[in-house]
Order: sequence, then C-alpha cells, then structure tokens
Amino acid sequence: MSEKTQATRRVLAEYTYEAPPVERGYTGQTLYVNLSDNTISAKPVTDVMKEKFIGGRGFGLWLLWHGVKDDTKWNDPENEIVISSGPIGGITQYPGSGKSLVVTISPLTDIVIDSNVGGHFGPLLKFAGWDGIEIQGKAEEEVIVVIDGVSGRVTIEEAPDAPVDTHLLGHWLIEQLAEKKEDRYFMSTVSAGSGAEHTRIGCLNFSLYDRKRKAPRFKQAGRGGIGTVFRDKRIKALVVRSGPVRGDSNHPADPERIARVGTRLHKEIHDYDDEQNRMRKRGTPYLVQIMDDYDLLPVHNFKFGSHSDTPKINGDVWEARFTQGLPDGCWYGCTMACSHAVDAYTVRTGPYKGQKVIVDGPEYETIAGVGSNCGIFNPDDILEINFYCDTYGIDTISFGTLTAFVMECYEAGILDKEKTGGLELTFGNGEAAIELLHQMGRGEGFGKIAGQGIRRMKEYFVSEYGADPQFLQDIGMEAKGLEYSEYVCKESLAQQGGYGLTNKGPQHDEAWLIFMDQVSNLLPTFEDKAEALHYFPMFRTWFGLVGHCKLPWNDIVPPDNRYTDEPAKIPEHVQNYVELFSAVTGREITKEDLIAQSEAVYNFQRVFNLRLGKGRREHDAIPYRSQGPVTVEEYESRAERYDQQLREILGLDPEGMSTQEKMAALRKYREEQYERLKDAVYERRGWTPDGVPKLETLKRLGIDFPEVVAVVQKHL
Amino acid sequence: MKVLSYDPELCVGCYICEEVCSETWFKVTDGEKSSIRILDEGEGPLRAVYCVQCGECIAVCPTEALYRDRKGIVRLRKKLCVGCLSCVGFCPYLAMFIHSDQTEPFKCVSCGQCVEECPAEALAIVEVETARAPGVQV
Repeated sequence: MSEKTQATRRVLAEYTYEAPPVERGYTGQTLYVNLSDNTISAKPVTDVMKEKFIGGRGFGLWLLWHGVKDDTKWNDPENEIVISSGPIGGITQYPGSGKSLVVTISPLTDIVIDSNVGGHFGPLLKFAGWDGIEIQGKAEEEVIVVIDGVSGRVTIEEAPDAPVDTHLLGHWLIEQLAEKKEDRYFMSTVSAGSGAEHTRIGCLNFSLYDRKRKAPRFKQAGRGGIGTVFRDKRIKALVVRSGPVRGDSNHPADPERIARVGTRLHKEIHDYDDEQNRMRKRGTPYLVQIMDDYDLLPVHNFKFGSHSDTPKINGDVWEARFTQGLPDGCWYGCTMACSHAVDAYTVRTGPYKGQKVIVDGPEYETIAGVGSNCGIFNPDDILEINFYCDTYGIDTISFGTLTAFVMECYEAGILDKEKTGGLELTFGNGEAAIELLHQMGRGEGFGKIAGQGIRRMKEYFVSEYGADPQFLQDIGMEAKGLEYSEYVCKESLAQQGGYGLTNKGPQHDEAWLIFMDQVSNLLPTFEDKAEALHYFPMFRTWFGLVGHCKLPWNDIVPPDNRYTDEPAKIPEHVQNYVELFSAVTGREITKEDLIAQSEAVYNFQRVFNLRLGKGRREHDAIPYRSQGPVTVEEYESRAERYDQQLREILGLDPEGMSTQEKMAALRKYREEQYERLKDAVYERRGWTPDGVPKLETLKRLGIDFPEVVAVVQKHL
Repeated sequence: MKVLSYDPELCVGCYICEEVCSETWFKVTDGEKSSIRILDEGEGPLRAVYCVQCGECIAVCPTEALYRDRKGIVRLRKKLCVGCLSCVGFCPYLAMFIHSDQTEPFKCVSCGQCVEECPAEALAIVEVETARAPGVQV
C-alpha cells in the first residue's frame, strides 16, 4: 500500500500469498495469525468444516475449539478471536448478506461468545482470499494486522502513531493505507478503543466506507467483551483490502436464482416498508414506542415496561434526527438500510468535546439500554453515550444494563457519592452516566469497577460494601455473566427461556418470543414453548453460519404472510434462504436441512461450554427481575395483573394477603414454571435433564467426534 | 431533458423496438436484452415499459454508480456497479432490467434508436421538464 506511511510502520512479520478465487461462497482457506511468535499461515478449509460447520460462527467455533485448552481463560495467549462471514456473505443481491461473525472466550462469561456484526470486513476478507481469520497469541507491543488481498501480503506491524479510539483510528488507517480514492471503497477495519482495555465490556467496530458521506462508518460486534480480548492481545486494528467487489465476486453456483430472489425482496421492501416498520427511515428505533405500548420497554433497570417520557426518544424523534434518503445498508444491496446515522453531531463532553462527528445509530438496544432503562429520556445524552461507547470500544447494551443496575443500587443506598467518587448515579442523571463512561475510557475511578460488569460488581458490592447478596442477585440483570439486552420479559415465560436457555447469555438474537407468547398467546403449553425454543434459536443461529442478518427475515414481511400456516416463521422468507444457500453453494437443501445445519453447530457450542466448565442446568439460571416483581413498587405497578394470577392460577385470595406474601407466592410459582420450562426445552433439544446434549443427539447431528463425545461423557 | 414517449394507440406490437434496442446496446437480437419492453396483457391496449428518467434509483444506489448526466439522463457507470440490484427492485416503473449474461442492470438512456426504426411511429423522443409515468403522452 502507500509509501508515505512506511516511516510510521515497522513490519514485524510478513506472509505472501496468492488469493485463491472464491468458489461457490468459499475460498477454501483460513488465515492464522499468532501475535506471540509473529507467525502467519494458511489453513485449509476441510470438507467437515463445510459440511458440518457451514461457515461464520460455525467456522469460528471449530477453529477456536482446536486453538484453546479446557482451562483457557479469556486473557490467556491461546485464546483466539476468530472472524468469518460465511458462504452467502458477500453476495450483493439479497438484503443483509454481508455479516461477519466473531467468536472468542468472553471475559464476562468465561465461555464462548459469538457476535454478529455488519460492516464490510467479513466479505472483503473473503474476497482477499480468506474464509476467516484466526488470531492467537499476544503482541509485545501494540500492532496492526494488514491483510492486503490485492498485493497478496499479510503483515503484522507496529504503528505507534496510530490512535486507539475508533473514530480517529478509522480515519487514520484510511489516510495511511489507501493510495487512491477508490482503495477506500474496498478497505475495512476492525478496531476497539481505550474503554475496551479498561473494562470487560469491550466491543469491536467493523468499518464500511460510506461513499455518500465520504467517511468510514462503524458497526459493532457488541456483546461479550470481544473488544476487551482484542485490546488484551495489544491489537489496535485489523485492516483488510480487496480488489473491487462485483456482483459475482462470491462466484455462486446459480447467480440467476439469487438475482430472482434478491430483486423480489428489494421490491417487497420498496412496496411495504413504509407501511410496515419504516426501517428505511427510522431503523430499529421504530421498536421503542411499540415496546412501551406493550409494557416491554425496560425502564429503571427493568422494573417497569413503559414511561410517560418515551415519546421523547421514540422512532419519530430519530426519524427527524437521522439523515434521510441515503442508502444506509451496512453491506451492498441491503435495501432495508437500517444503518442510519446522525450527521454533524457536535460532541459536548470529554476528550473529543467540540468535534463534529457522525454518530452511527442509535439502534433500539442503545436507546432502551442507555436511555429508558437508565431513566434518561434526553436524545442528546443518548447520542453522546452512543458516540463515546463506539469510539471507546464499549458495548452499549452492557453499558446501559450495568449503568441501570448501578443506578438502582445507588437509589437503594448500596452506593453513594463517596463510593462512586462523586457521581450521583440516580435514574435519569445523563451527565453522571456520561462521566461514568469517560472513567471507563480513562480506566479510572468507579468506572473501572462498573466496567467489570454486573456479575463482578455484585461480588464487589457484597464483599466491599456489605450489600445483600440476594437483592443484588435479584436485580442484577445478567445471566452467565452477560448483561441482558433490552426487553422486559417478566410476563413471558417463553422469553425468559429465550434469554436464559441460550448458549452465550441473555441476548435476544436466539429467540424473541414475547409477542407470540404474551400478546398472541400462541404458546399456551410447555410443549409449545419448548418447540418455539427449539425452532427459533436453531433458525436464527443459521444467519450466523452463512453471513446473514436477521432483520430482513421479519422486519419486513410479505403482505399475505398472515394467511400462511405459520406466520411467525415467515415461510416465504425461509424459502428465500433455502434458495440462497442452494444457489450459492450448489448444495440443494430444504428448510429442514437449514435447521439441522444450525442444530449441529448449536449443540457443538453447548458442548464447548461444557468443556470450559459451564453449560449445564445450573448455568441457565436467571435473575428474578427477569421473571417477576422483585420489589413492592414493582408488584404494585402491575398489581391488577399479579393479583389476578394469584386468584386464577394459584387459587389464592389476594384480598387477605400482604404485598410481601403475594410476592412470595407469585415468585414460588414463577420460579417453578421456569424450571418446568427447562425440563421441556432440554427434552425437545435432545439434552439430559442437566442440560447436556445426549450422545444420540450428537450422533444424529453428525458431530459425535471423539473429542466431543469425550467432553459429554463426563457429564452423563 | 429528452425522454422516450410511447403512444399505445399507434403501437402495432411488432417488437421491432426491442430488437433494435438489444442490437444497439448488446449487438444481439434478443428482447430479453432490450431496455424497452412491449407488454401484451390480453386486455386493453399494449403497454410499454421503459425508463422515464425519474432518478429514484439514484438514491438507492450504494456505490454512486447511478447518476444523472448533464442532459438529465440517468446513467449507470458499470465500473462502479456491484450488481446489488437495489435499483431493479426499487424502480417504480420496473424499467431497470437484468440479464444473466452480466451482473450489472441496464436501462433506457433515451438514445432514440428505437424511435428511428418504429414503423408505426408509436415512439418519440420528447423534451420534458420533469419525468412522467411511461405511456403518458406528452
């Protein structure tokens, strides 16, 4: 790349290669980089990998499994970060086809985390000759890794002048590495930021070059602290560069079939998005008002589900703030175009005060997390936090949920100004939340404690401040060590399972069943719930195997969808995926095969968790705040509903009972229900009552490899 | 700007326009490679589908491959096109076409070759201030 940069870049290791052509969605090789000994090599993609693990998260899990030991911790050198898109990733004709999947051992959960992220890195990595990149080891000094598919060169380099925070680093890398204007189009970077190194909630920013805004944009692999692992390895950035992307760069088996399916969805979005979710104008913030209307929007650390100030931060507000009329897809051809941005935002606090920046987002989760859940209903506060979370490399979901937890602890008297170093962290105090974030960026003060996440804060508050461990367990919205994403699931048992019975922790990307369960009452029995908690996690896992985004599946639906036999599945779109996979890879599949593909990888991940010492029934426990009212004020806020349940389900007369007695009776019932749900779901998934995949399940799925069986046998 | 205009009353359905278009731009006689399509829908008069240069496709193009030239005609820079077909699905007139021989879509650029060859004088190149729906006489 550019010669002007040589003065500030010292090459520590170099590997030359000739990028193989992509064939039917695969290059046939993955890139291995070890930062401890500066080795770089190519690994072949085996038939087993393609057959059983498909790509994306599947490839990531397979490579990680072989890279780590049973006792590997997140900050051990052998922990890896693996990034892979998937066979469909990189087609340009179907919306949502450019995702990257990242896996690593998480500093929050000590098990595998997987995160699905937009931006151009994954597809460009493939077009630079690699189905994935696997990074192991720890650098002695800060490095960047440059993968140049055009010159056929991979380098590990020191770049001491490169800034750390993403909004600066992204620009710097483009300035330094792009020789011509056009080079920017086909470059993408991965970076974290200063906050990622001081907390456990670090995220990764994946860039895309926005030609209309003439600037890089960033999408986040948010969950589970992957950015923290990235900074622990002393990586400032990964950079990939490929030749120009063309409509056939992915060399699919049947391009005509892809064009047919793709243009049909483009037209569907064109015709119906305005009357359905207005994703093209508002993006995911359209959900804010809907969640509030259904009492599902987290408010004050998930105590409540709605707030009178919600109209100040709902989709209408963001539609007015987002620049309209731009092709805001995070990969080519995504006409759902939900990657909106607020342009020319003037930063008002912290080290970048006064800079005019692009704020990528905010997405629904950010608005609900750092907004309503913290009682913050000022859109400018939300933007400020969104911007700094991204550039510091901090996950907005964990930040929002843990700040809400801190605020409740503050209001409950567990924390005070002395303990927080002067921050008055009450609900609604945007300035205090912003300063907490800056402390995370600097690695100072209470921000450093909070940045460890809710699970570790709970331990700390008990040991240091003598807090009541049961109360903290009840209100701390984390499971497996990961902070909850932003939906109130108290009144939906199925969604309690959708959060709790997951592989990585409470992130709604496995299942979002609240409407089916709570609103439409389509899942009345345990068997119904178990079936949904089998089908949807498996179906949604599939997006991460192939490089797809979930949103074009059900954030737009065909107008006749409601008349199909299973509207919740969006049958026409499921068929689109069957067509796409078959057309790209040349392997004809059915919709049942699609589930089977996911099931193999999903169960492999469960076994991986077992191998790392978790992954059993006890690890699927959830906090009571996600199941029912922890406090009197919560009970009273929905007293009518709860009293009715006591009367109708438990045959109790609430009239003669104190609120405490009513809460205890309701709690006993709801906790039992969750245990029964576990039984039903484990059985449906082919697991033992302890949540361990049975040998016959592994065999049926064709993942009964000796090393997998050996792990499971210890628990049978 | 100069746009194509079509008069269904005069059209005899000979499809010569489709042939001329594909010959002009693709050097083959193949209606599937024409940027004007004459549709016989059984009932009512024949209908023509072609670009009216409204430019709605420009906004959905993620690579700035689609642009309006100095004469107001919407054109595609093939070099910049990544073949995403967003424009195909978003064309309100369904006048952006694709063919399996290439990844980039194609459209009418008001070149007027079909007008020259139309035996029924059903086609014309006319000057308009703003784009209108196809089939509407100017």
